[in-house]
Amino acid sequence: MQSNAALEYDYSVAKLFTYTTILFGFLGMLIGTLIASQLAFPELNYLLGEYGTFSRLRPMHTNIVIFGFTLSGIWATFYYVGQRTLKVSMAESKFLMFIGKLHFWLYFFGALVAVVTLLMGISASKEYAEFEWPVDVVIVLVWVLWGISIFGLIGIRREKSLYISLWYYIACFLGIAMLYLFNNMEVPTYFVSGGIGSIFHSVSMYSGTNDALVQWWYGHNAVAFGFTVPIVAMIYYYLPKESGQAVYSYKLSLLSFWGLMFVYLWAGSHHVLWSTVPDWMQTMGSIFSVVLILPSWGSAINMLLTMKGEWNQLTENPLIKFMVLASTFYMLSTLEGPIQAVKSVNAIAHFTDWIPGHVHDGVLGWVVFMIMAALFHMAPRMFKREIYSKKLMEAQFWLQTTAVVLYFTSMWIAGITQGMMWRAVDEYGNLMYSFIDTVAVLHPYYTIRTLAGVLYLVGFLMFAFNMVKTMTASRKLEEEPQFRSPMAA
Amino acid sequence: MDIRELQGYASFFMTIFLVVILYGYIIHLYRSEKKGERDYEKYGNMALDDEIDSAPIEQNPKTQREKTEGNK
Repeated sequence: MQSNAALEYDYSVAKLFTYTTILFGFLGMLIGTLIASQLAFPELNYLLGEYGTFSRLRPMHTNIVIFGFTLSGIWATFYYVGQRTLKVSMAESKFLMFIGKLHFWLYFFGALVAVVTLLMGISASKEYAEFEWPVDVVIVLVWVLWGISIFGLIGIRREKSLYISLWYYIACFLGIAMLYLFNNMEVPTYFVSGGIGSIFHSVSMYSGTNDALVQWWYGHNAVAFGFTVPIVAMIYYYLPKESGQAVYSYKLSLLSFWGLMFVYLWAGSHHVLWSTVPDWMQTMGSIFSVVLILPSWGSAINMLLTMKGEWNQLTENPLIKFMVLASTFYMLSTLEGPIQAVKSVNAIAHFTDWIPGHVHDGVLGWVVFMIMAALFHMAPRMFKREIYSKKLMEAQFWLQTTAVVLYFTSMWIAGITQGMMWRAVDEYGNLMYSFIDTVAVLHPYYTIRTLAGVLYLVGFLMFAFNMVKTMTASRKLEEEPQFRSPMAA
Repeated sequence: MDIRELQGYASFFMTIFLVVILYGYIIHLYRSEKKGERDYEKYGNMALDDEIDSAPIEQNPKTQREKTEGNK
């Protein structure tokens, strides 16, 4: 082993994933804004023939933001936080450096294949699990490589205990590994039928209600282990580090961790309320969803209390603003989710626009804000330059916050209106409205959502510009900042 | 009793069991800190003091020897 005096953390893999976070973030949000526009103005479906229709683009939007943007963000931060909290550099192990780079390049190759196959309409037709079996095989390999990186780094660590963020990264790794494998158990039809049909095509190993149950056990926990657990990992590191305040209660962080692990996996059946799954299972999904408020708020309140006595930083440092708002949106969406999972509320909310409204206050307000804050925090340390513009960051913050509020308020109103109209009956028990009546009423809200998408996308472009300028043209730093990230006015 | 009912009861009792374990863990955390056996709050400093050459909160015994050798 080299002398520690000459040793530095090696961010080459973290940098690579940072680039793809920005790239996939832009691409995913661009498609998202386009499909939001298509819902408001259907003529926009016919711009690019079959490749531009809502049905072709919607899976691309969800998969690019989940498996492109968020996963890249998770890995960019893991290869940064992992080294720092274990006090070990990737440069100390040629093997781990090779695995890290292979992890990135295989992921990038897999992502390209995934995007192309989805664009061509090759789909397994399960929500958030649309990739066909060859892409699934690549994803499994990428996941194994990440596992080798996690446990390889842990194997050569100097710090004996694992910081709470690492617990969350490990939970993300194990959780998704289990969920992804079980939900993507599929039979490639070409091989079992002796060469009939497309080589890409497959059918699920489960059928009927069982298939739906496994699908939503996966679907909900993809949110748990992709959009919650690793993002909590980030905030437990970046908020204390940026503010210079240790986490308010480490014990509470441990409790919230086990609470979340215990409860989340049982809540998935709230996606199939009022369906053919056993009644006790639906009730269990509802109850566990409500109980989920406790561990979720445990983490969020722990973060807010970390700022105790230091709230002045909220006005002085826009990065703190991003993270505190992220934590607040985490609280909002983890209260909203359980409300929607109550059976009587679900009877109105299910299949309406309130659901994408809920998803987006979570992802736009919590996931994307936290990932952008993490990237901003890492940039001066990875590229040894100060952040290019504080003013731009402030403007971006307010623009995107406005966008999130416009998005979820319009979808709340649209969703509840829709739910009520679908159920409304006249004095003889006949339905009062046809489907197209609801579409006509919802048009203004769809237009507001489109506007929200455009504002959020512009904000993301400001983020991307600020990051690229930080990497290339900002003032160079002599030494690494300890806590607060330096930024030019 | 058919299989669905059995599954329901199994789920209920497993939940109770896991709740007991979780509460047991909470008690364990607070009790071991009160007795002075462990100080959990010190681990919060791992995020703040994370330079590669800063002293670990708890040195990993496996890398202790190598580090000493490396510093020679």
